[in-house]
Amino acid sequence: MTVREKILRVLFYATLGAIVVVSVFPFYYAIISSLKSGTDLFRVSYVPYPIDFSNYISVLNQGSFVRNVFNSLFVALLVVIISIGLAVGASYAIARIRFKGRGILMMLILSISMFPPIAVLPGMFQLITVLELSNSLISLLFSYMIFTIPFTVWVFNAFMREFPKELEHAALVDGASTATIIMRVFLPVLWPAVVSIGLLTFIAAWNEFLFALTFISSDPKRTAPVAIALLSGSTNHEIPWGNIMAASVIVTLPLVVLVLVFQRKIISGLAAGAIKG
Amino acid sequence: MHPSLPASQGNYSRRSLSLEERRIRSAWLLLLPMLLVLALVAMLPLYQTVFYSFTDVSLDDLTVYEFVAFQNYLDYYEEEWYGLLSDGLWWKAVWNTLVFATISVSLETLLGLMIALFLNTKFKGRGYLRAAILIPWALPTVVSAKMWAWMLNDQFGIINDLFVKIGLISDPIAWTASSGLLTIILVDVWKTTPFMALLILAGLQTLPQDCYQAAKIDGVSPVRVFFKVTLPYIKSAIIVAVIFRMLDALRVFDLIYVLTPNNQNTISMSVFARQYLFDFDRFAYGSAASSFLFIVVCMFTLTMIKLSKFNLN
Repeated sequence: MTVREKILRVLFYATLGAIVVVSVFPFYYAIISSLKSGTDLFRVSYVPYPIDFSNYISVLNQGSFVRNVFNSLFVALLVVIISIGLAVGASYAIARIRFKGRGILMMLILSISMFPPIAVLPGMFQLITVLELSNSLISLLFSYMIFTIPFTVWVFNAFMREFPKELEHAALVDGASTATIIMRVFLPVLWPAVVSIGLLTFIAAWNEFLFALTFISSDPKRTAPVAIALLSGSTNHEIPWGNIMAASVIVTLPLVVLVLVFQRKIISGLAAGAIKG
Repeated sequence: MHPSLPASQGNYSRRSLSLEERRIRSAWLLLLPMLLVLALVAMLPLYQTVFYSFTDVSLDDLTVYEFVAFQNYLDYYEEEWYGLLSDGLWWKAVWNTLVFATISVSLETLLGLMIALFLNTKFKGRGYLRAAILIPWALPTVVSAKMWAWMLNDQFGIINDLFVKIGLISDPIAWTASSGLLTIILVDVWKTTPFMALLILAGLQTLPQDCYQAAKIDGVSPVRVFFKVTLPYIKSAIIVAVIFRMLDALRVFDLIYVLTPNNQNTISMSVFARQYLFDFDRFAYGSAASSFLFIVVCMFTLTMIKLSKFNLN
């Protein structure tokens, strides 16, 4: 190895190190801040010492944060199930059956995925008032479909188009119904895609803010991100940073675990949505 | 020659035709629920928003309104201009949104490309790096905004502490209050560069390896290989990623709402619209702002489609 190669190698690993530190440090800092209490919080330090769980105890006992987390979980899981349920059939139809208007349909779905949420917010607000869903978690299940359906259909379609015709041909000749083909032929092969898409949809629903902020008006019904945004002290100048950091860690830890365990699945879902689109 | 063939073929095609018809019918049956949902959650609300923007409706009662034509957009009354198009704060919001979207997406593309090239080489611990950069992307925007607000806190923040210690600044800076869009761009770049990197990486990984081998054998410099082989090959992947990100950036709301609440210097189109809709009790005016943002997004998308088709061909 020449000197030049050595220098390049050092530079390479230094850059990698910098990328990792910049990516991970803010979350690490949130964790150590959440483990400090009282005046310790206001002394900058890079290691968590002494460790103190009082922020966690306070945030879990205060108000309705635990319920907020369960609300988020409830909404995100149901949104995933409903979206995938609707999208599997729809994208099978688009990807595997030739009919007139398929191209227009794809354009429609793509353009809906480009709608800025604020552009539908006033109309959605009116619709939710009319349906008497204000301040109900159902309003979120309903409104989240605007971004989950286009995404799930689009990505499923990308996965489904790849399958060879022979796969369903045999089943068709045997006279299998469309439902049977989807359930028995496609889903068993597609389950990795289902996992990818489910994870990405879950993350999107779990993180959503604008609709949750607007349609829910009482604290016990709020979702966790909104609850964190609205955590405030007794006065304006007294922001409870310790509690906010503890709540942030609680809300984020499940996501970080999901990401670390399923990173390949998540990446393949992202890539399928973009490249084949 | 084969007398039985035409008959059986005719038979087969008639059967497959009816099969085809049945398939098409089941296609529409499968599509129906999704189309109903999309009509209900997307088309109907969008129509209603645009409709409201031509009325004087208020939040108190959304069923009582009168048509005011374009008054929410532009109106001339007793020698004064009114309406969105004459509203200085609105144009400030438009400007901020465009500046934010352009600068942050440019930075994310450059950094994302760099990280993608890194991730595309083989080295030990590549999986860990990929996992590490996924963390900022997976965090809820609210959480990343709060984390950075804490790190950038003027009195107790670690960034001021660090910068003063290494001598980069002499006195602590009130980042979120005084630096305007810069802080917001910084946090957005931190959060979404991974997304860019992964999309570009996906494009890179479809690049056939023999191109590189051939270039290596011929002794072409890596920089030349990058500009002559890699970049043209992944150009379309980058364009797609940039369009996705731009559309996302044009609707920016969470980050600004949480990081710099009630700050007119950093207001975006979405923040402006929501303020008028729900905080200032001018629902119709807010609807006009929402509709305007929709038009901006449409124009951007159409331009990009035109441009990228032109490029790709």
